[in-house]
Amino acid sequence: MTRKLYAFNGGIHPEGHKDVSNAAPIRSMPLLARYVVPLRQHIGSPARALVQAGDTVLRGQRIAAAEGYVSTAVHAPTSGRVTAVELHPVPHPSGLYDVCVVIESDGLDQGLEFQPLDWKALEPSALRNRLRDAGLAGLGGAVFPSYIKLNPGAARGLDTLILNGAECEPWITCDDRLMRERAGEILQGVAVMRHMLGAREVLIGIEDNKPEAIAALRAAVVAGEAEIVTVPTVYPGGAGKQLTYTLTGRENPAGARSTDIGVQVFNVGTAHALYRAVVLGEPMLSRIVTVTGHVARPGNFEVLLGTPVRDLIQAAGGALAGASGEVVGGPMMGFDLMDLAAPITKAVNCIIVKDRAHFPARAPALPCIRCGACARACPAKLQPFELYWFSRAKDFGKTQAYKLFDCIECGCCSFVCPSHIPLVDFYRFAKSEIWEREQHKSGADQARARHEFKEFRLEREKQEKAEKLAAKVAENRARDASADPQAQAKHALVQAAMERAKKAREGIAPLNTEHLPAAAEKEIAEIEARRHATEAANQETAGRE
Amino acid sequence: MNGSPYILRERNSVTVVMLKVLAALVPGVIAHAWLFGPGILVSLLLCGAFAIGFEAFVLLMRGIPLKPFLSDGSALVTAALLALALPTLAPWWLYLIGMFFAVVIAKQLYGGLGQNLFNPAMVAYAALIVSFPVYMTQWASPQDLANHTPSLLEAFDLVFSGGGSISPDAYTSATVLDTWKTQARLGKAVADIRGLPIFGWAGGRGSEIVALMYLGGGLLLLWNRVITWHIPAAFLAGISVTAGVLHGIEPTRHADALFHLLSGAALLGAFFIATDPVTAASTPRGKLIYAALAGFLTVIIRTFGGYPDGVAFAILLTNVAVPFIDAYTQPRVFGHQHGGKT
Repeated sequence: MTRKLYAFNGGIHPEGHKDVSNAAPIRSMPLLARYVVPLRQHIGSPARALVQAGDTVLRGQRIAAAEGYVSTAVHAPTSGRVTAVELHPVPHPSGLYDVCVVIESDGLDQGLEFQPLDWKALEPSALRNRLRDAGLAGLGGAVFPSYIKLNPGAARGLDTLILNGAECEPWITCDDRLMRERAGEILQGVAVMRHMLGAREVLIGIEDNKPEAIAALRAAVVAGEAEIVTVPTVYPGGAGKQLTYTLTGRENPAGARSTDIGVQVFNVGTAHALYRAVVLGEPMLSRIVTVTGHVARPGNFEVLLGTPVRDLIQAAGGALAGASGEVVGGPMMGFDLMDLAAPITKAVNCIIVKDRAHFPARAPALPCIRCGACARACPAKLQPFELYWFSRAKDFGKTQAYKLFDCIECGCCSFVCPSHIPLVDFYRFAKSEIWEREQHKSGADQARARHEFKEFRLEREKQEKAEKLAAKVAENRARDASADPQAQAKHALVQAAMERAKKAREGIAPLNTEHLPAAAEKEIAEIEARRHATEAANQETAGRE
Repeated sequence: MNGSPYILRERNSVTVVMLKVLAALVPGVIAHAWLFGPGILVSLLLCGAFAIGFEAFVLLMRGIPLKPFLSDGSALVTAALLALALPTLAPWWLYLIGMFFAVVIAKQLYGGLGQNLFNPAMVAYAALIVSFPVYMTQWASPQDLANHTPSLLEAFDLVFSGGGSISPDAYTSATVLDTWKTQARLGKAVADIRGLPIFGWAGGRGSEIVALMYLGGGLLLLWNRVITWHIPAAFLAGISVTAGVLHGIEPTRHADALFHLLSGAALLGAFFIATDPVTAASTPRGKLIYAALAGFLTVIIRTFGGYPDGVAFAILLTNVAVPFIDAYTQPRVFGHQHGGKT
């Protein structure tokens, strides 16, 4: 039986270059002397460090806890000593530094005892919390904390659980190798997902350029457990919304979650990590990373999170002569690595060492001729050239009207542009400008509110002053009015009465010390005596000064 | 430094697009030279040279690097389209003025490549037909009708130093569209008009073959994905329906749809001129509206207007409406409910 597939708009067919790295089995790396583990390896708030410099840690020990809802934990990749919790280069397009736990390995690689989770018996929320503490995040690239996505939420069960094994970006083969070598483990992870989400059907979508992975999963799958669906090789067929459409014909409405259309999508790597977290009880300590391009021995590696990129490239035989930089991720959506000291994180699926033959310098851009090739290639059915004109003109209102924020930055438009315009760069620019303006605006709103309150306060004080003044004037007038003799006599009478009342008040002793026991009276007397003595002494000192 | 993507489609540039367009014109040019004599080669050469000259001149004045913009090929496409839209064997200065209007006025003064609102070749054609109507209606006769078809050398001579002893009547004639218009106004019967020697089996003798070659070249462009089907299909449909309705109402006066499709610049316009991406509508629905409107106006201008062909004015008029059409025909974005005005 073949499933009906749906074709999304556009897409491109770049050279795959998968064979560079997909032939050899996944290799492991030797233990390193030093690991640099960032606290922010996922989308959301960075984890909160639980260790400080000088602490010793064991492999698998939680060194940072989830902070807030959208967050997940971080663990020590090996045993050793924490030498610092400090800012360190991380793999990020900006090249900015972020807080990392630096661990000096003791070479023993002593681990905690991992306890498998009884996932069928555990309370769903307890199981999710265990996964949060196991540091699970989506390994497809978005690194969203998995425990949140494994919450079925509303009572109605999920219709379709989609496992994303499309791996549509050129050069990357980590999911391919994982599916070939660990199909059974992936399926065990899928079983846990299905249990947690109550999904009615499970579809595993794999592009038809990975026949070995398809065969491996088909061989491992039990009837009714999941359907392995071969999807056409077209970039970006592995983007979540596009794969969902290909498999189900359902469009994820803009601004809505995929669960709103009864679908949840996970990367096959995440299913494998879930298997480890649940069936083995092991937190997320490593991931598969493709090292490819201009290196001596390209291939896939099981890499401990925190491994510096430099060491990983070394494990792949080192960069060849003529290398011209490194890309983190694929060539379509990845970014230039700024510093080889940056560590592998949960988000890094591939390191490509570039050379000029495969990654030539970009030709200078010519003006847009509105040929529409970008619109025909756009999987979001946008009009990229219109977005380009508006972004260029900084007409950000129009960019939003033309649905800039539906752009997934897949790069198809830039790829096909005959004028070689870096279109996606313009969209990134426009998006960040809009975000910044919104932040600026909310800042300005606060400032305006503060200013308005200040104005109000000044006005109120002015009014109060005016009222006081008016009252005083009225009082003075009243006093002037009372200048006649009759009133003066009355005034003298009042004054005399007040004097008498004052005298009477002074004559009355405080009542709260009456009828006390003798001991208390004595104590009070002593205290009084002491106070008088102190006061007298103080006065003397003050007098001498 | 640029961000991702770090790879681009190979053998893809504005120059490649323009070269594909030029290549698709070759069958039509060969047919033209075969049926009407080598004069077309002279006008192509002159227009091309003038185009490059004007382009380089303005780029230098604007302080823009010459190499990327001269090599983009866009000026040559404009030159080729204008040369094919103008009569051959006309005086050289007609081509010079035409290219001036096309490259300097219609293209560069608007900001150069990609910035012009109006199709440059059609602006030039309109300027010339308004200014020099006589030259614009003397078309080379088909070889088998002409008393004498100038050779390549003679063609150069005619273009640069005028006819001299040879009268233009010896090698030129009016187009079939022109003839139809004048004869029909004189009240001639359709059969009599169709019987004139310059008429072929459906359109003009010779020119109908050239038109079919443009159709072939256009199909090449479609196959090469330089253009989409929307504009040619809607343009030809606009012509066919409008001409068909007029012919149905008054067959003794109005020519049939096939005649309109195969004469004048209909097929050249459908595949090569109306499809100019810079000046045409860009959304799928917008392209259909734009081109259907242009086709409709073409027949209306041919039938009721003062000029023999209507393609140039029809396309210029619809160019005006393009921003409006595009704004109201935005396609539905993935994950959204409706398209239309945003």
